[in-house]
Amino acid sequence: MSLDIPTVRRIAALARIRLEEGELAQAQAELNGILGWIEQLQAVNTEGVEPMAGGGAVALRPRPDAVTDGGIADQILANAPDRQGEYFGVPKVVE
Amino acid sequence: MHPTDFTLRGAIDALNEGIITSVDLTQAHLDAIAALNPRLNAYITVTGEQALAQARASDARRKEGVAGPLEGVPLAIKDLFCTAGTLTTAGSRILGNFTPPYESTVSANLLRDGAVFLGKANLDEFAMGSSNTTSASGPVENPWSRANDPDTRLVPGGSSGGSAAAVAARLALGATATDTGGSIRQPAAFCGIAGIKPTYGRCSRFGIVAFASSLDQAGPVARTVEDCAILLRSMAGFDPKDSTSADVPVPDFAAACARGVKGLRIGVPKEYRLEGTPPEIEALWEQGLAWLREQGAETVEISLPHTQFALPTYYIVAPAEASSNLARYDGVRFGLRVTEPNSDLRDLYERTRAQGFGAEVRRRILIGTYVLSAGYYDAYYLKAQKIRALIKRDFDEAFGKVDAIVTPATPSAAFGMDEKQDDPVKMYLNDVFTVTANLAGLPGLAVPAGLDAQGLPLGLQVIGRSFDEETVFAVGAAIEQAAGFTALPRLRAGA
Repeated sequence: MSLDIPTVRRIAALARIRLEEGELAQAQAELNGILGWIEQLQAVNTEGVEPMAGGGAVALRPRPDAVTDGGIADQILANAPDRQGEYFGVPKVVE
Repeated sequence: MHPTDFTLRGAIDALNEGIITSVDLTQAHLDAIAALNPRLNAYITVTGEQALAQARASDARRKEGVAGPLEGVPLAIKDLFCTAGTLTTAGSRILGNFTPPYESTVSANLLRDGAVFLGKANLDEFAMGSSNTTSASGPVENPWSRANDPDTRLVPGGSSGGSAAAVAARLALGATATDTGGSIRQPAAFCGIAGIKPTYGRCSRFGIVAFASSLDQAGPVARTVEDCAILLRSMAGFDPKDSTSADVPVPDFAAACARGVKGLRIGVPKEYRLEGTPPEIEALWEQGLAWLREQGAETVEISLPHTQFALPTYYIVAPAEASSNLARYDGVRFGLRVTEPNSDLRDLYERTRAQGFGAEVRRRILIGTYVLSAGYYDAYYLKAQKIRALIKRDFDEAFGKVDAIVTPATPSAAFGMDEKQDDPVKMYLNDVFTVTANLAGLPGLAVPAGLDAQGLPLGLQVIGRSFDEETVFAVGAAIEQAAGFTALPRLRAGA
C-alpha cells in the first residue's frame, strides 16, 4: 500500500499537524519508506491468534468510583498558554 | 580517590562510614557537571542549589540516625519524569516551558529513600530515537571515542542518552531512564554501563511523559549491575495511580546479584544470529556464554521464530499509541502555543503541533494516525497486536526450557553523530535485539562485557521471565564479574 499526496494531506489533517505544500513530497517518501518496510508483516499467518492489547501479564483492576482530588484549579491552570480567570483561553469558536 | 569515581554501592558505604558527606559528594558532581556538561550536553537542566539543599537535609537526617536506602546519593533524572517545580521538557519544544506541579511516582520513591537530584538528563524528543540527536535541547555526546579516530564525536545511543552519558562520564552515580524499544539498554551498551528495563508493570508510569503506554517502562542506568539493582528496588513498587502497575512484592534485587548461575539454563536464540552482525559482537556473545558455562550454567540453543517481525510490529504499535498519547499537546492547556492573527482553533492546533514537534515525532504521529485510521486498523494495528501475541508466545515456550536468555545488546558499537540520520528505518534497526522484550513485557538488562577493536564498549543483554528480575541480575552480575570491564571513557570527571 503506497500513500498518495491527497492521503498524506488527509492523515496530516487527522493528526492536526500543519504540513506546507512544499513538505508533502518528503513526508510522502518517508511514510512510504516506513510502510513498505512494515508490509512484510502481511506474510505472517495470524489465523486464530488473539490480539495482545496491553503490555502487562496482570489484568487491569477496577477501582472505586470516587472523587480523589479537586480544588486545584490554580495548579491545573499554572502552565496554560492563555489563562483567562478560571478558564483556558482559546480563539473564538462560536460566531 | 575522586568522589565521582565511587560506585553507587561504594558511595552508600562511604556515606555510612562517615568518609564523605552528601554535600561534598554532591558538590563534586556539580563541579564535574560544570566542567563537562558544556561539551557533553548530558543535562538539560542542572538543579545545583536544590541538590545542595537536599544534600544538607540528607546529612542532617543521617546525623539524627535516619537514613534511607539511597540517603545522600546524587542522581540524574531523565527529563521525561515530571519533577514538581522543576522544568520537564521531554526533549521537546512543545514542552519547553512546562513546569509540572506534581512529582512522578518513580522520582518520588527515590526522594523518599533519600536521593539527591542533580538535574534533568537529556533525551531524544519524547523518548523517540536511538541516538539522542532528536532532542530540542541539542544532541548528547558519548564520552567514549574511537581510539584511532578520537575527533569523531559519537552518539550515546537513545533515547536515554543523557542519562547514560552522565553516568559514564561520572556526572552522576546513577540515573533514571525509560525504555520503550531499547531506550535504556542500547544507550547503556553504547556508554559502557549497565541498565535494566524491568518487567512491564514493575515501575509506575505515573508522571512519566507517555510515549507508547503498553511498552514504556522506567528503569535505572548505573556503572555496575548491583548499582542498578539498588536503584530499581527504590524505583519499583505498586502504585494505585497507574492502572497497569503490578501489585507484587519488590524483592531485594541486590542480594540476587550474588546468587551465581550454577545450575541455570541459559537460552541462546538462534534467530538472533543476524547477517551483518560484526564478528566482534558474535565473538563477545560466545565469550559471554563461555563465562556462564565456566560458572556452572548450561547453555541451550532455543528458537524465537517470530523475532524478525518484532521491529516492524513495534513500528505499528508504538506510533499508534504515540499518536493517541501525543494528541494532548494541543496548545490549549500547557506547553507551546503558536497562532497567527486570524487563527481559528483548528489552525492553532495545527500550527502548534507542526512547530512544537520535531521531525521524528511528527513522522511517528503521522504513521500512527494512518495505521489507526478507518479502513486500515485491521490491516495494520490489529495485525501487529496478533504478531505481538505470537512474539510473546515464543518467549513463553522458551521459558519452559530455560531460566534466562543471553543475546548481544546492540548490533553495533556507538556510531558517529552524523551517521544513520538520512534513513529512519536504518536508525530503527538499532533496537533489533532489545525490542522483543518490550513487546513481550519482559525484563532485559544490558551489561558491559568488552571492547571492540576501536576501544568502544560492547554490551550483552540478559532477558528473563516476567517479574524474575532476580535471575536477570544474577546472570548479569556473573557476566560482569567474568568480563572485569574496567575500561574508561576519555571524557570523564577527574580525568
